[in-house]
Amino acid sequence: MKKVIMGNHALSYGAMLSRAQVIAAYPITPQTQVVELLSEMCADGTLNAKFIKVESEHSAMAACLGASLAGARTFTATSAQGLALMHEMLHWAAGGRMPVVMGNINRAMAPGWSIWTDQNDSLSERDTGWIQFYCSSNQEVLDTVIQAFKVSEKLMIPSMIILDAFALSHTYEVVEIPEQARVDQFLPPFNPPWRLTPDDPHAFGGLTSPDHYMELRFKLQKDMEKVPALVEETGKEYEKLFGRYLGQVEEYLCADAELVFVTSGTAGYTARVAVDELRQKGIKAGNLRIKLFRPFPFERVRAILSRVPKVAVLDRNISYGHHGIFYQEVKSALYGQPSSPLVFGFIAGLGGRDITRDSFQEIADYTLRKNKAEEEIVWIGVKK
Amino acid sequence: MIEIRFHGRGGQGTVVASKILADALAKEGNYVQAYPEFGVERRGAPVFAFIRIDNKPIYDKSKIYNPDHVVVVDPTLVEAIDVTEGLKDGGYIIINSNNPPEHFKFPPKFKVFTIDATEIAVKHRLGTLAAPIVNTAITGAVVKILKLTRLESLVEAIREGIPIKPEDNVKAAIEAYERA
Repeated sequence: MKKVIMGNHALSYGAMLSRAQVIAAYPITPQTQVVELLSEMCADGTLNAKFIKVESEHSAMAACLGASLAGARTFTATSAQGLALMHEMLHWAAGGRMPVVMGNINRAMAPGWSIWTDQNDSLSERDTGWIQFYCSSNQEVLDTVIQAFKVSEKLMIPSMIILDAFALSHTYEVVEIPEQARVDQFLPPFNPPWRLTPDDPHAFGGLTSPDHYMELRFKLQKDMEKVPALVEETGKEYEKLFGRYLGQVEEYLCADAELVFVTSGTAGYTARVAVDELRQKGIKAGNLRIKLFRPFPFERVRAILSRVPKVAVLDRNISYGHHGIFYQEVKSALYGQPSSPLVFGFIAGLGGRDITRDSFQEIADYTLRKNKAEEEIVWIGVKK
Repeated sequence: MIEIRFHGRGGQGTVVASKILADALAKEGNYVQAYPEFGVERRGAPVFAFIRIDNKPIYDKSKIYNPDHVVVVDPTLVEAIDVTEGLKDGGYIIINSNNPPEHFKFPPKFKVFTIDATEIAVKHRLGTLAAPIVNTAITGAVVKILKLTRLESLVEAIREGIPIKPEDNVKAAIEAYERA
């Protein structure tokens, strides 16, 4: 069934179709509507789940963790300051191997207060051990939630589904809502190898001496390393049933490109239009959209970019004192490769400033003009 | 691709109008993208809503700066703001007004159309006399003038998307469609 829905509700429908059993959440703009719709679904019986009202995001994640440990499929959603308040619990989720799935609407961090998009909230949680997916359309949001549950529960690692504030969260698009029966076929009930139950008492997250801690982290990393292949395998399985493929990255006209943009989120879709326009002008541009950010899709990025002369990485985020975070990751992926492109880093769109086709034109002009990356950061659209 | 900007005031249902239009367009197999001004809305303050329409997937996720047409849900906005900002030459300005198009002094490169959606809304008892809800009536005129969808698709979208007095809203949209 096709429906015109906003990105927030694409998350809600994804959780509903995945038959989430426990949802604990605290509202924050622009995420609010995600949990509003889910609470309505719980109230009218559309979704047979326990909706837990909590007093903060820290408690929201804590409640999700308890439920997940008890063997329930668990979902929540947040944004910005709310995600930051969850920070401690994010480590608990990944370290404790609890496969919670969470939507995060990318919203810039305060101060100054903002409800508009950038990626610094989710990228500040880069090293908590969560799988991170960045989405570019409402359809992708819905499809990713369902696939994320499958990937997360197989490896017992939590997943974050990330979408831009307003540009997706409040934007209505046509979304194909899959049939419940087919989603059930794809995603069996959550059946964890261990669970918190009085019938078989265990302690979870107890004191772990130097004799054991490191092995737990080694195992988490080893399982993280399995994610890229599993995302592709799960994507193919999903594609067979629903005709849409997720994957780690989306490659657009990169094969013969002299310049490839590396993008994410909604800017990663606008970039495709910019690529078409540049090609009409005779410039062979391409776009590599990063969908899976953690773990970073090193192999795919290397395979695609190592044959490209110039790469322009667009970051809607910044690591203060360093540079754009996707830029760091891309350079790290290409380091030491036999043939490496020239990589340029651009920062744009912080705090919800629009990223337009003209932004990409400006990036292309700069990149094609230079024969080396003279600056670590080229700022796009900063008022002088 | 067609891009349309709606001007209204908070509380008039401007965003809902763009959503209803998006629903109607999607029913006919179009790709659509509809969004409100990114920010906070206050009752009575000028608000915007936008819609992109295409027969293929829409990848441009940036805002609309150069709409093909504008729809003015509240005529007092014509005095308050420049509703033609960025409007493409030859674009329609569809205004909810009981004045004829000549009443409005726009450059001749734009086509002006007026529809008295307020009168239609009052007649069908939508909202209150002081604050009639004109959004469904205006969509009736918009789909007709811009040849966006069949009336049936709009009617279906209103029935599905307007929880309060759907049949009166349908009548208002049909009346506006027929008058346009």
